[in-house]
Amino acid sequence: MPPFTTLTGVAAPMPLVNIDTDMIIPKQFLKTIQRSGLGKNLFDEMRYDRQGNEIADFVLNQPAYRQAEILVAGDNFGCGSSREHAPWALLDFGIRCVISTSFADIFHGNCFKNGILPITLPQAQVDVLMDEARKGANARITVDLAAQTVSTSDGTVFTFDIDPFRKHCLLNGLDDIGLTLEKAAAIDAFEARARLAQPWA
Amino acid sequence: MSTQGTPKTLYDKIWDAHVVHQDADGTCLIYIDRHLVHEVTSPQAFEGLRMTGRRVRAPEKTVAVPDHNVPTDARRAERIDDEMSRIQVETLRQNAREFGVELYDVDDVRQGIVHIVGPEQGWTLPGLTIVCGDSHTATHGAFGALAHGIGTSEVEHVLATQTLIQKKSKNMLVRVEGELPPGVTAKDITLTIIGRTGTAGGTGHVIEYAGSAIRGLSMEGRMTVCNMAIEGGARAGLIAPDEKTFAYVMGRPHAPKGAAWEAAMAYWQTLKSDEGAQYDKVVEIDAAEIAPVVTWGTSPEDVLPITGTVPRPEDFEGAKREAAARALDYMGLTPGQRLADVEIDTVFIGSCTNGRIEDLREVARIMEGRRVKEGLRAMIVPGSGLVRLQAEQEGIADKLRAAGFDWRMAGCSMCLGMNPDQLAPGERCASTSNRNFEGRQGYKGRTHLMSPAMAAAAAITGRLTDVRELV
Repeated sequence: MPPFTTLTGVAAPMPLVNIDTDMIIPKQFLKTIQRSGLGKNLFDEMRYDRQGNEIADFVLNQPAYRQAEILVAGDNFGCGSSREHAPWALLDFGIRCVISTSFADIFHGNCFKNGILPITLPQAQVDVLMDEARKGANARITVDLAAQTVSTSDGTVFTFDIDPFRKHCLLNGLDDIGLTLEKAAAIDAFEARARLAQPWA
Repeated sequence: MSTQGTPKTLYDKIWDAHVVHQDADGTCLIYIDRHLVHEVTSPQAFEGLRMTGRRVRAPEKTVAVPDHNVPTDARRAERIDDEMSRIQVETLRQNAREFGVELYDVDDVRQGIVHIVGPEQGWTLPGLTIVCGDSHTATHGAFGALAHGIGTSEVEHVLATQTLIQKKSKNMLVRVEGELPPGVTAKDITLTIIGRTGTAGGTGHVIEYAGSAIRGLSMEGRMTVCNMAIEGGARAGLIAPDEKTFAYVMGRPHAPKGAAWEAAMAYWQTLKSDEGAQYDKVVEIDAAEIAPVVTWGTSPEDVLPITGTVPRPEDFEGAKREAAARALDYMGLTPGQRLADVEIDTVFIGSCTNGRIEDLREVARIMEGRRVKEGLRAMIVPGSGLVRLQAEQEGIADKLRAAGFDWRMAGCSMCLGMNPDQLAPGERCASTSNRNFEGRQGYKGRTHLMSPAMAAAAAITGRLTDVRELV
C-alpha cells in the first residue's frame, strides 16, 4: 500500500448527499479480476453519456478538476455496496483524499486499505472547503496526516480526528495482513480454546 | 458469566467472545467463524494470497458460491455468454479448488444467493461471527450471529488469518412493538425504519432489532429485516435467537448434531441482551402505525406509504432538497402525483432481501385467481436452487408460471443487474430488492422498492398498488 503523508492538490466539489458506491463505480465494471484500471470508469454514469462522450458539466470533466486529487463531498459518502472497486477507482483516477461530514462504514474502512485518507469534518468546515473547491485549480488544499490538518490556500486550517492505528498504518503504508500474522500465536491459542468450548463453531 | 457485572447487549456478548487480541487503543483482532465468498469481490483477494505465498487458514470455515453475475436462464450450466462474467465464475471455481474451499457451483441445486445459501446449509448459526465481501451479509444477523460485509482487502485478510482488525461499534436498539396491520410485512418494517432513521442513521452502530413485532416474524421475515440494516447505515443487524431460530437451524447439513447440538443450545440460550443493558441510540416504532410502503426516490430512505403522494423538493431541508429534486428528475415523477397512479413496466421478485420460500408463497397467495397484467415483464428469481425446488414441489412454481411470471434460475439477478437481467433506460420496476440507487437495476432504470405482496399487487394492476385493496 502506498504511504500517505502530505498532499497538496486540487479539490473537486461534489455537494450531493448519499453518493453511493454504485455511482462511484457502476456494476458493469466489477467483472474485472484485477484492482487496476478502474479510474477511467470512476463515476461512469455521471461522467459519460451512453455513447461514451464526456458530459461537459460533470465536475471531473471540467478543465479545472481533471487532475483533482481530493474530493469534497456531501454527507454519507460511499454508502451502499461493499465493493472495494470504489476506492480502487478513486485511487486509479488519482484521488487520495475524500472530505465529507460522514462516510458509510464499509467504504471508510476500504479507503484505509488502499492508501486513501477519508477525512470527517463538521458541516460548517466542509462548507468552507466546498466553497474553496469551487474556486477551481487556483485554490489548492493541503492535507497533512501527521499533523492532522487540512489547510486552504488562504491559510485557513482545520484539524481532524483519526484513529491512531489507522493513521500509523497509512503514514507507513503498512500491510494489515503482515501485522496480524505477527499475532499468529494468539490466533492459534484462540482456536485451541474455541475447539474445546464451542466445537460446533 | 453474562449475568455478572455490567449488563451486556447481545452485540457486546458476541464481540467479547471473539476478541483474539486487544491493543491499548482499543483496536481488536476479532476471530471470524464463517467466511462466505462469491465471484465478484474475491478474485483479487485470492490473487493476493498467491502473490505472497499464503494459504487459506481455515478452508473448513469458508464456503464459495457464484451468485452476482450468473445468468438465470436454464442453459447457464453449459455456457455463460458474457466473457467477463464467465471468467469471474471460472476464477472462483479455480480458486476454490486450489485453496481447498467448498464450492456450490452453478449446476449444484444448493447454489444461490450467498446470504440465502448460508442459512439454508446451516453455515449460519447463532453466536458466530460471519463475514462476506458483500454488504448484505447483515442478513445472517437474523440468527443472532454478528455478520457484516467487508471489502476485498479484508476478504484477503480473513482468508489468510481468519480474523479482522476492528474497533467495536456502538449499540443501537430498534424496538418494534405491537401487532402488524393486515397487508404489512417484514419488508414494510425494515423500509419504514430506514425512512425514519435515514441511510446514515445507523452509521458506526450495530442495530439490535427487538420487540413483539420482530419476535412475531418468521426466520424469513427476520432475515428480510436484518438484510437491510446496511441500508440504514449499520454494518450489522441482530435479532436474539429463540425457539424459531433453533427450529430453523436444527437438522441443516452444517448444523451441529447430537451432543454438540445440546452444548450449542445451552450456549445459544444465553444469547440475548441482559436486563438493563445500555444502548447508545434507541428508536421505538409502533407496529400498528406501519403501512405498506414503497420508495419514490433513489435512496432507500425515500420511503412513503402507498397511500401517499410524490413529495416536493421543498418538503426537504439542506442538501437533501437538491438530492430530492435530482431523484424526482431521475425517477420521472411529479410532485403531488399519487403513488398509486405510477405505472410500471417490470416486476422483479427475488434478491437476498426477498427471495426465500415464504416470499414466493406470499406472491402466489396474492396472485391466486389473478394474472400478471398484459404487456408487463414479470420475473421471479428464487434465492437458491433449493428454494426453487421447494416452490416447484409445493406447486407454487406452476401457479406463478400460469399467472404470467417468468420463472428463472437462482441468483442475484436484477437486484443489481450484473447479469443479463437488467432494466432498459426509463423502464420502471416494482422490485422486492434492497437498493433503488441510480442505475442500480440498469442504466437509467427506475426502481421502486417494496414487499413481495406489494410487487405482486403491482404485477396485477400494472401500477404501484395498495395490496390491501386486493385481499
